[in-house]
Amino acid sequence: MTMLAENPVADFSDDTIWVVLGKALFIFVFLVVGTILMIWAERRVVARMQSRPGPNRFGPFGLLQPLADGVKLILKEDITPRAVDRVVFVVAPIISGTAAFLAFSVIPFGPEARIPFTDIRTPLQLTDLPIALLFILAAAAVGVYGIVLGGWSSGSTYPLLGGLRSSAQVISYEIAMALALVSVFLYSGSMSTSAIVDAQASGGTAQLFGMTLDLPSWHAITLLPSFVIYCIAMVGETNRAPFDLPEAEGELVGGYHTEYSSTKFLLFFLAEYVNMFTVSAIATTLFLGGWRAPFPLSLWDGANHGWWPMLWFVLKVAIFMFCFIWLRGTLPRLRYDQFMALGWKWLIPAALGWTLVVAGLRATQQFESVSTQKVLIGVAAVIAALLVVVLFIDWLVSPEERRQPRQAAEPQAVDPFAGGYPVPPMPGQRLARTSGPVLVAQQVPAAGQDTTDEEQDSQPGEEARRG
Amino acid sequence: MSPYVPILVLLGIAFAFSLLTVGLGMILGPRRYGTAKMEAYESGIQPTPRAVGGGRFPVKYYLVAMLFIIFDIEGVFLLPFAVAFDSLGMFALAEMVLFVATVFVAYAYVWRRGGLEWE
Repeated sequence: MTMLAENPVADFSDDTIWVVLGKALFIFVFLVVGTILMIWAERRVVARMQSRPGPNRFGPFGLLQPLADGVKLILKEDITPRAVDRVVFVVAPIISGTAAFLAFSVIPFGPEARIPFTDIRTPLQLTDLPIALLFILAAAAVGVYGIVLGGWSSGSTYPLLGGLRSSAQVISYEIAMALALVSVFLYSGSMSTSAIVDAQASGGTAQLFGMTLDLPSWHAITLLPSFVIYCIAMVGETNRAPFDLPEAEGELVGGYHTEYSSTKFLLFFLAEYVNMFTVSAIATTLFLGGWRAPFPLSLWDGANHGWWPMLWFVLKVAIFMFCFIWLRGTLPRLRYDQFMALGWKWLIPAALGWTLVVAGLRATQQFESVSTQKVLIGVAAVIAALLVVVLFIDWLVSPEERRQPRQAAEPQAVDPFAGGYPVPPMPGQRLARTSGPVLVAQQVPAAGQDTTDEEQDSQPGEEARRG
Repeated sequence: MSPYVPILVLLGIAFAFSLLTVGLGMILGPRRYGTAKMEAYESGIQPTPRAVGGGRFPVKYYLVAMLFIIFDIEGVFLLPFAVAFDSLGMFALAEMVLFVATVFVAYAYVWRRGGLEWE
């Protein structure tokens, strides 16, 4: 394998400001129209999954329903509750709505193509940077400001908790996401989106039984664990079901946008859907070969030229968007501690370990002095050393527990009626009795102490009368 | 043209759209005064005087933020390493393994001390 260019493969040197303006407007319209279609598709598909028709009155198949909702939202009263911080309350949705569009500026829709009715040839991508993926991560992080400021400035309990939950969630899953990207960079040698798509053009060949086989080229196949980790992290990152804890209706009403109405709410809503498009487009670009045609289609020579690649790209993104709806229609919401445990205790160590494995594999391919055997010995040595260190920490942190092994505690005998009404036992407690008269303001019998029925029967009657 | 100019153009379009949308809502929406709707929404009960005991919130979130910084910095170190991996050679691989091992030790420590538990 050869060393890949570190800089973007696509050439933007001929783009005039008008071409740039046109492409930027196209991306904007693409995302807004995509959001409208996505809202329609989500309502229709979830409805179908729940055996009901869904919106079907406005336009063919209810296609105009999201537009009608948008017009209605604009004509609604823009309520600003008394407790809000007036400046931040307005700024927060603007930050969210603006930052959501940014990441799409480095997403490649296709290779170089001719703009219709002109002679201008330009890459179907607004721009590309040597650090494009770093820019995308940064743009996603700016969006968190909108959420946390919106929650804080509302001056209300539910939005505050929803905003905090949401920001904790996004930053937790961003780590796993960034670590999943590391192995992609290892294999493509670049952070530029066009170079990463280029790196997935062909996967090399392998000799098997005398035949030359083309190896799969998509990172989703060669780096499957990274792809899985990224897919889980992207759902957590966009606050979507089953990770939609910031908007858990049963706990937090609407989450960070509870106090928002009219078009400010519309902007938060739009930002959420645009973020879904962004993470889907990143997944497509990094793992599914970007705009390159999928296997049977790629046999046709014209599939990767002109405007066709944009169709493949949009179809791949649409598959991810459908999966978002599918998840919502299928899975129940996680509890918050389960959700944080999944991110911190499973995804992060898995992503870290997988990154080490990928680096070792890449070293055996790239550096001729390194044999597979040496790498395996090295990995085993590292794992052994880590285990020793972890055991040492375990011993260091809990010396007292080590010296005096925890004795199985005698279950405490508790009178369930001690507080005046029956309560179920806590973990590690034993009920002294399960029926009998209700005590009022009586001391709970100490653990292990035997209480006879006579004692219990004589006291509660008197105390109940006093109470 | 600098590759960052197109990003600014898209930023400008998105910002103008956001401003326009918020402005439209302010101009076109009706204004009807109501005492109840000016209050913070708490499912119909009397709202607490200030959000969650005067804007205070669980210290747990600070811990998450600090842990995030530790691991994000790790990511920041890993990204350039991954991009330049092919030209750095075996030495970089060994260094990266050592670096990840030290971060992993910190991670195990945090886990053992209960920093990752959420009650």
